[in-house]
Amino acid sequence: MLIYTLRRLASAVPTVFVIITLTFFMIRMAPGGPFDLERPIDPLIMANLNRAYNLDAPLWSQYLTYLSNLLHGDLGPSFTKRDFSVNDLFAVGLPVSILLGSLALLVAVVLGTILGAWAAIRQNSGVDYAVVGLATFGITTPNFVVAPLLSLLFGVVLGWLPAGGWSNANPAYWVLPIVTLALPQVAVIARLVRGSTIEALRSNHVRTARAYGLPTRVVVGVHALRAAMLPAVSYLGPTAAGLLTGSVVVETIFGIPGIGRYFVQGALGRDYTLVMGTVVVIAIFVIFFNLVVDLVYAWLDPRVRYD
Amino acid sequence: MVVQPLPLDEPPPVAGRSLWQDAWIRLRRNRAAVASMVVLVLLALVGIFGPALWPHPYNRVYPQFVRVPASLEAYPRADTILPAFERELRRTRLDAGPPVLEGSEITVEVRADEAIDPRVLRYFERSDLFSNPRLDLAEDGRSGTIAVDVQRLHFFFGTDAIGRDLVARIMIGVRISLAIGILASFMALVLGVTYGAVSGYLGGRVDNVMMRIVDILYSLPFIFFVILMVVFFGRSLVIIFIAIGFTEWLDMARIVRGQTLSLKRQEFVQAAEALGATRLGILTRHIIPNTLGPVVVFVTLLVPKAILLESLLSFLGLGVQDPLTSLGLLISEGAANMRGALWLLIWPALTLTLILFALNFLGDGLRDSLDPKDR
Repeated sequence: MLIYTLRRLASAVPTVFVIITLTFFMIRMAPGGPFDLERPIDPLIMANLNRAYNLDAPLWSQYLTYLSNLLHGDLGPSFTKRDFSVNDLFAVGLPVSILLGSLALLVAVVLGTILGAWAAIRQNSGVDYAVVGLATFGITTPNFVVAPLLSLLFGVVLGWLPAGGWSNANPAYWVLPIVTLALPQVAVIARLVRGSTIEALRSNHVRTARAYGLPTRVVVGVHALRAAMLPAVSYLGPTAAGLLTGSVVVETIFGIPGIGRYFVQGALGRDYTLVMGTVVVIAIFVIFFNLVVDLVYAWLDPRVRYD
Repeated sequence: MVVQPLPLDEPPPVAGRSLWQDAWIRLRRNRAAVASMVVLVLLALVGIFGPALWPHPYNRVYPQFVRVPASLEAYPRADTILPAFERELRRTRLDAGPPVLEGSEITVEVRADEAIDPRVLRYFERSDLFSNPRLDLAEDGRSGTIAVDVQRLHFFFGTDAIGRDLVARIMIGVRISLAIGILASFMALVLGVTYGAVSGYLGGRVDNVMMRIVDILYSLPFIFFVILMVVFFGRSLVIIFIAIGFTEWLDMARIVRGQTLSLKRQEFVQAAEALGATRLGILTRHIIPNTLGPVVVFVTLLVPKAILLESLLSFLGLGVQDPLTSLGLLISEGAANMRGALWLLIWPALTLTLILFALNFLGDGLRDSLDPKDR
């Protein structure tokens, strides 16, 4: 298992490398630069700026510099947010995004599994239809509709929770963003778990467990769900990475200082290092969670072997 | 002894049913799927013909009706007609008697010290409230009656922040969103099916390299390409659907490759190979048609994804631009105005949700009806 993990991590290195290279040259090919304003800047000042940020060097040498800085854990200075390095920005934003994302993930997994399993046990009953309906609603309603409505209802009309803004200390600010982030994931997980639980409940090992006279609680909770979690787990890999690296929409609507906004802002402002930093972070999260998914898979399904 | 042959009825010919006919029969039994199809066809018709037939053009601004709430009653409201008329009347600087509202016509007696210039009617022509102003002058030209028709406008979903009819804008939004959804999915379909079928059929090292490329593209943030393309080539409808198509073909390529891997081992492909069919011929005649079942299902689920992606882009300000609009842009404007004008958020959001609901149900229905396990 350890060898497998190490091998996977080693094989991820070239993938990350290719992603970094692709992104680096693609963003550089985009017309415009980080210091372009409506009114052209004096060429001398522009030359100075370019020298200060090492933009006057040939592209390949900038690329090598970037790679070597990256190996030292330095993501470079931000071009548009003066006085901040990308490391500074992420040091503030990443914990916020990870906090929100992991709580949303937790809510989604727990609630989605419970709802899905409940619907599967009571297949074709009112509960089942309610869960399926809720799931379809959650999948089809985009988060940029849900977020403003929640903010309006609970923040403005009822006044129970803050309509927007952020506080690291006050969990009241966390509730609406977490609900918005978790809702579509609850829906997808509930659907996946429902489908696979229905199948698992008909399988031989569950019938055997029933024949032993085990209580339904154990049959479903231990034997059926263990197999039924597999599709949800493989869905969760990329989803977890997406949730933990922040959502542009949720952060924009609720005014949260996470890192989800940086990608769009960076790409629009030609903030090369900020875009690169976001891509690197996202790629690492995706690869990490795909690895976690594979390991969890092996733990849930003893037939899967990785040596 | 003569054996009389028993008269045999000719057995009725057995009509064969193809996979697609079977699927169609099963699909028709699924009420949610049929209802979704009806809804989608209606929405498509609304998107295609609605903007041309609707009385308000989608880019017509009514400055006097900014942000009026959704209502079945006609605007202007009965109690605002006469004050508005008097306001215009004052600008004509004529001595006027009390205006009389009868049905949808207002008449007023006017008098002046000099001859009345018929150009005073311009004040009424310019207003959104009145139309067809007429001036009946007496012999001396110093007195007469002005008559105008009150224009009764309906804004069933209200108007937006600069006074455009929301129904007309939603119709255009439906058109743009559906068009982008369908075109982008078609693009992903062509790319993904070709790539996946070639990769799976050639197999071996080519397959390895081609799938590795897909894996790498998977790890890039999906919105990355879209933003870069929009940044590169500017914002236009064509770029948006190409960009979305480019980001959505990866899953399709994987599905088709998996199908192709199992299909190419089957006897009918071996038979075609033995008969000397070319690789291209086998791919296009035998392999691709047999992958279409799962592909059709996936496309129905891809259309809502593309629509959502376009809405997301428009929401971020990277999509279509004013005065053209899409459902995502309308929702974004609605979210900005929701505190005073909730209808601006509710109606576009409902329309988008309805489209996505219908497409999802149709996709589910298609999957159930094309699934051979179900027989």
